[in-house]
Amino acid sequence: MGTASDIKLIDENGLRIDGRSPTELRPIKIETDVLDRADGSAFIEWGGNKILVAVYGPREAYPKHTQDIEKAIIKARYNMAAFSVDERKRPGPDRRSIEISKVISEALSNAVMVEQFPRAQIDVFIEVLQADAGTRIAGLTAASVALASAGIPMRDLVVGCAAGKVDGQIVLDLGKEEDNFGEADLPMGILAKSGKVVLMQMDGDLSAEEFDKATELILDAVKRINEIQREALAGKFVSLALERGGE
Amino acid sequence: MPRDEAGVLSEIKRDYIIKKIKEGKRDDGRGLTDFREITIQKNYVPRAAGSAFVNLGRTKIVAGVKIEAGEPFPDTPNQGVLTTNVELLPMAFPTFEAGPPNENSIEIARVVDRGIRESKMIDLEKLVVEPGKKVYIVFVDINVIDYDGNLIDACTLGVLSALKSAIVPASKEGGKDFPLPIRTLPVSVTMVKIGDELVVDPSVEEEQLSSARITVTTGEDGHLKAMQKGDSGSFTLDEIRKAIKISSDTGKLIREKHLQ
Repeated sequence: MGTASDIKLIDENGLRIDGRSPTELRPIKIETDVLDRADGSAFIEWGGNKILVAVYGPREAYPKHTQDIEKAIIKARYNMAAFSVDERKRPGPDRRSIEISKVISEALSNAVMVEQFPRAQIDVFIEVLQADAGTRIAGLTAASVALASAGIPMRDLVVGCAAGKVDGQIVLDLGKEEDNFGEADLPMGILAKSGKVVLMQMDGDLSAEEFDKATELILDAVKRINEIQREALAGKFVSLALERGGE
Repeated sequence: MPRDEAGVLSEIKRDYIIKKIKEGKRDDGRGLTDFREITIQKNYVPRAAGSAFVNLGRTKIVAGVKIEAGEPFPDTPNQGVLTTNVELLPMAFPTFEAGPPNENSIEIARVVDRGIRESKMIDLEKLVVEPGKKVYIVFVDINVIDYDGNLIDACTLGVLSALKSAIVPASKEGGKDFPLPIRTLPVSVTMVKIGDELVVDPSVEEEQLSSARITVTTGEDGHLKAMQKGDSGSFTLDEIRKAIKISSDTGKLIREKHLQ
């Protein structure tokens, strides 16, 4: 977590620096099929985050030695645009984005029915156009919508959500200042139906009780975020059905 | 013990390990929450500012610390800098390749780094030569030389021991050498899920047949400092709570036995 600071992140009324209550999410908007070329795509706005996700595949895994004879491999590539943060980020993968790409790939592999596509790979390109804290979980949330919109069979949707600790209080969905100056951050990826955890990272300082509180907030928010994911997908498939003259 | 060149586990061994674990036992005689034998040789490389050679069962790593003066990060002008790097040497395992760090070594290094950093183990504010201009940079480099599972914990143990004995070469900057200021000792405990069981300090075979991995790093206050879930399997929240409990209990024992 960031350095100690004198900034007060929660005011005397219990409201956060951006006016939210401790259990309030930032506004989330998801749109599918925003790209023409990709097999599936999604765009998510989550607070100030603007993230595009494109899906290609399943297609033959390349290079060949990466192929798995039993299942498809999911290759997520999390990338931050040079202009997505305050100070220009040098383009290309750094250690942070390589780690994030790895944990997102692993999380998505759990939701996709990879066993249906031996020797294939499914590419998931996550491009952060503007970053505003919580990019990995917003990217994961959108990636799972993009996979579904590509028509790739999935067991469940993955919902990304984070909680953390600021000014000694457990709050949902850290904003930028809270991320920079807070005391703990707990990003999670959760399967919407089963509630199983497929991504989890944590840094900072949390007691076991605070961890329980944080996961409680996350589980509750997962339902709300999943609703937004489903609406985005329903919009797409309903209009598709109408186009084809379905009832 | 003979093992397939590519590290592939035979079906018969696989079934045997899984069957034993269901009974709460492991093929090397350990219980599910036992670590393998840990030995730490401090100051293994006297040329380094601090170092340690760690055996975790048959996993072997060498951790070395170098401390040099350099520029601070612009957002933390009054703090020293910590960087952690892990090299998976090709000598350590048949499928490890030479070259720049891959996603596996980056993940290990970053998980180890997070535990050290977030527990505020090193008092970085005491590593300033000239505020905003010159601070000490603590380079932690870990070479994995023999791989038999659980690199995250082996590397964390090595880094803890190496940092604890490290000397800041302040005489090069006109001061007097001093021991690296250490505040606390975070301990990581890594578990994998095999069937429905959490298995602590997995061997290479156990890693290969597990579905998911979880690392929980706790501080001396018993609080969580860093966590990481790995691999494509999943955990229930109850399993994670159990992992947290195991980690703080086991971490305490390791701290008392191996790090004092």
